[in-house]
Amino acid sequence: MTTATTTVDCLGLACPIPVVRLARAVASVELGGVVELLADDPGARVDIPVWCRLKDQELLARHDRPEGGWVFRVRRAR
Amino acid sequence: MRAAAETYLDAASTTPLHPRARAALVEALDGFGDPSRLYGRGRRARMLLDRSREQLAAAVGAAPDEVVLTSGGTEAANLAVTGLARAARRRRHLVVGAVEHTSVLAPARALAGQGFEVTEVGVDGSGRVEEAELAAAVRDDTLLVCLQHANHEVGTVQPVREAAALAHQRGALLLVDACQTLGRLPVDMATLGADLLVASGHKVYGPPGTGFLVASRQARLRPVLVGDERERRRRAGMENLPGVAAMAAAVSARVAEASAEQDRMAALAGRLVAGLAGIPEVVVHGDPAHRLPHLVAFSVLYVEGEALLLLLHAKGIAVHSGSSCTADTQEPSHVLAAMGAITHGSVRVSFLRDATRADVDRLLEVLPDAVADLREMAELDTQAVERATEGSGEPRGGAPVGPEGSGEPRGGAPVGPEGSGEPRGGAPVGRERR
Repeated sequence: MTTATTTVDCLGLACPIPVVRLARAVASVELGGVVELLADDPGARVDIPVWCRLKDQELLARHDRPEGGWVFRVRRAR
Repeated sequence: MRAAAETYLDAASTTPLHPRARAALVEALDGFGDPSRLYGRGRRARMLLDRSREQLAAAVGAAPDEVVLTSGGTEAANLAVTGLARAARRRRHLVVGAVEHTSVLAPARALAGQGFEVTEVGVDGSGRVEEAELAAAVRDDTLLVCLQHANHEVGTVQPVREAAALAHQRGALLLVDACQTLGRLPVDMATLGADLLVASGHKVYGPPGTGFLVASRQARLRPVLVGDERERRRRAGMENLPGVAAMAAAVSARVAEASAEQDRMAALAGRLVAGLAGIPEVVVHGDPAHRLPHLVAFSVLYVEGEALLLLLHAKGIAVHSGSSCTADTQEPSHVLAAMGAITHGSVRVSFLRDATRADVDRLLEVLPDAVADLREMAELDTQAVERATEGSGEPRGGAPVGPEGSGEPRGGAPVGPEGSGEPRGGAPVGRERR
């Protein structure tokens, strides 16, 4: 929770790319590190929380972006 | 040429004509006649129509006059939902399962804008409707509860009898969509507790353009198609007599055959699921116990479903994907989303009645490489993007440093399903299935 946040921009990209990039980014940060994912594919809204659950990673928050899409904040938990 | 060699694993979409259906179709094609006319040709047509209707009724435990012939399952579902609502006097509430086919969901949602209230009941991780939620949803003014017999995308069989009891307690009717189960599992109006039942011809080895609704006497319907008095004023338009005769032959044949082939279907499904366990990061969907015997659905993580279908198509294998994410207007599968399952990379495999182990093996021979190729492409794409954008400065060596089985997408990497593709959200894992 003290490590810097890594941002992954997947705006305009269809699934499964946001999930692929999130998986990669989470794997690359320290345990406890946070990845912030920007995505606007409708599939991502469903699949990102499911992926976090499947992989025991912590979905800290999901915010709507005023410009459309969402910001997902995921902490590497294992 | 390719069509002849194609391994067809999409029986849940549509099926070829049963030989008995084909014979009935060909025979009826030459015997034209309007069943509503009183001369010889009309009477002969009427006799064939009556006989076909009796066969259909007998197959599902209904009375012949409860059978309304339609152009397919979609029309039957539309007629049931819309026709019942139009005839309703006081009851203005409908309950639908969240994973119903869109031919049930769409007319129900349309009614929501016309003075009706619609409650959608959620499902658990296996796609099975939550009984407690269903019980809470049914009210004293509920007109209709809609629950499919089995789900078309993941094969989960629904608690239909329980739904019937809940509906009937409050004086509501139960509509059962049996398009995926007729000719595969026992379908009987009384056993299911159904007041209305929807069936499709082309999904049960009959011709496309045929289907039927069973509407019991309690179910008062206003017709959707109007213009004459056929089908006891419930559906106007000349009957598709050759199609109906063929559908009736198919349904009769399939109802007789189905129970004998269930073990064989289950063995094929088990063989496929066992094979899938050897591919990293595959999640099998659906209920392990309550399910269609001939259908297996799964998601391949980090892979686009349609891309996988195209690769399989190039190898002569036909399967279906529930996820169509290429067009940005398209929503993820409402079924998988309601289950809380991964929606990308979804594949549905469903066996025809004459499927063999060779068909399963053919798929299992091609699938691992196709998956590995697509994952490798995704990996290359990710690396290209990271080189292009300056990146976020996170430490990264040349080798991926992911946590054990974190889902690091690498093509063909020896990450077993052990502790990786394991669904923890209630969805059953493949190798536990049977």
